[in-house]
Amino acid sequence: MSGVFTKSMARNIFYGGTVFFFLFFLALTFDTERTSPQRDNRENLTEQVMAGKRLWETRNCVGCHTILGEGAYYAPELGNVYKRRGGDFIKAWIKSQPTGALGRRQMPQFNLTDDELDELVAFLKYTSEIKNGNWPPNDEG
Amino acid sequence: MQYKSQKVAKPYFVAALALFTGQILFGLIMGLQYVIGDFLFPAIPFNVARMVHTNLLIVWLLFGFMGAAYYMVPEESETELYSPKLAIVMFWIFLVAGALTILGYLFVPYATLAQLTGNDILATMGREFLEQPLITKLGIVVVALAFIFNIGMTVLRGRKTAISTVLLLGLVGLAVFFLFSFYNPHNLVQDKYYWWWVVHLWVEGVWELILGALLAFVLVKVTGVDREVIEKWLYVIITLTLVTGIIGTGHHYFWIGTPEYWLWLGSIFSALEPLPFFAMTVFAFTMVNRRRREHPNRAATLWALGTGVMAFMGAGVWGFLHTLAPVNYYTHGTQITASHGHLAFYGAYVMVVLTLISYAMPILRGREANSAKAQKLEMWGFWLMTIAMVLITLFLTAAGILQVWLQRMGGQPFMVVQEQASAFYWMREYAGVMFLAGLLVYLSSFFAKGETVAAAR
Repeated sequence: MSGVFTKSMARNIFYGGTVFFFLFFLALTFDTERTSPQRDNRENLTEQVMAGKRLWETRNCVGCHTILGEGAYYAPELGNVYKRRGGDFIKAWIKSQPTGALGRRQMPQFNLTDDELDELVAFLKYTSEIKNGNWPPNDEG
Repeated sequence: MQYKSQKVAKPYFVAALALFTGQILFGLIMGLQYVIGDFLFPAIPFNVARMVHTNLLIVWLLFGFMGAAYYMVPEESETELYSPKLAIVMFWIFLVAGALTILGYLFVPYATLAQLTGNDILATMGREFLEQPLITKLGIVVVALAFIFNIGMTVLRGRKTAISTVLLLGLVGLAVFFLFSFYNPHNLVQDKYYWWWVVHLWVEGVWELILGALLAFVLVKVTGVDREVIEKWLYVIITLTLVTGIIGTGHHYFWIGTPEYWLWLGSIFSALEPLPFFAMTVFAFTMVNRRRREHPNRAATLWALGTGVMAFMGAGVWGFLHTLAPVNYYTHGTQITASHGHLAFYGAYVMVVLTLISYAMPILRGREANSAKAQKLEMWGFWLMTIAMVLITLFLTAAGILQVWLQRMGGQPFMVVQEQASAFYWMREYAGVMFLAGLLVYLSSFFAKGETVAAAR
């Protein structure tokens, strides 16, 4: 921080650097969008899956669970739960909550209809088929 | 207080601290639910407590930032605030909207809340940290725009300093990137990609500009070091922030279905993200060492130094710990993430807001600094809260390492591993109680009597 390096030089580097890296970021975003169809399983993004995503959101599942590693860390990862448990188990599990086991973590009862359960499972199946670098390391998530 | 209108900052600070207290109480509830799973179930399920905990954090930090801006900008611009009345109106709108949202979380089932608040028109809810109903999100936009207008007009009208420019830039960025919270594509990969434009570009981007501006302002005041020097440091720090942090967003694009090059870009750039925090620490200590005056508010100086150190530890070191893709493959979404989140938010944003409050509150209450007794209490609060947060971080890190070992590498089921980590969760909860004790000591300092230092000038 000697006398040669002035405040206005620092300011110019800030603006220049920020603009440069933001444009670089936008270019990368453009490329990500362009190549995403190869990975994001959009061919299976059906009406049923979309409805399942809404259910996932409006029941605040992410308040306890993670999905592809993001969310809360209180309950198991569900990005790969379809592979781990299968659709029937998932539906039976959701219907049987809460367990009421003393001192155990409890999941609320959401009173989903059979159609809604199918939608949720469809969403979780679609999610499990996203090509995401083979994460998590094993089926336990 | 040099300008009358600065006093609008006071209710913002009071509200911030009240909501902060609420945040900690809900944190303790969640901490207990980690070990006594059915605690308060079904009255307050974990997901509700978590929404309240994280949303209160965001809202009180925003109150803190706004209060800080209302305090700083008139002094920086050497003019009265453009409209103190607008600031007060916005305060009440934000407080009522925030309170209603929290009450909605607590007393209305989330699905019903979504239905009642227009989530069917534009679905934005149910994503981590962006759980707010549509009307609350729109309210945040209105408050943010009115706030930026008010601050912007004040800056335009008066002296333009680097501190106020950087602050304004950070606030505008905050408002702009929040707009991505309204974009919720059906495609989960795209949803996550742009969700990070709010979350990452806030906390590892534009919020750091706000952080830098607040810290620089307090350091100008308490050290008396030449503004030219401090502002030059500020530009260097925020250059490092954005040069590393923008592409550093890539460390969230490892496992969500985005291209492989993000593994490299995210790893390399985010490995450099500790640099601005390191610079901030050096900055704070250098300025205090070179101080030209002995400011009577020693507590504020302590908070400023603490911000530098703890932000570096929490955001810098704990961030680096799990930011390289090969490491993150095993740590992603474990308690390691939680440990980093806690220390980073506390060290960077909680502490900088408390720094500003520590400096400004005595002045807003008509004295340059609090009594020695009040400052002593405040510093006790500082140490108790800071040490408690370090302990919370260490215990969560321990739980996280166990989780990586047993679950990610060992393939044991999630809940089996959680039970084995319960000793660490209990210790985390005790540390949480210590944090609450520290917070109460801190809050009590506002009510301590004793000889105060008279207002300067």
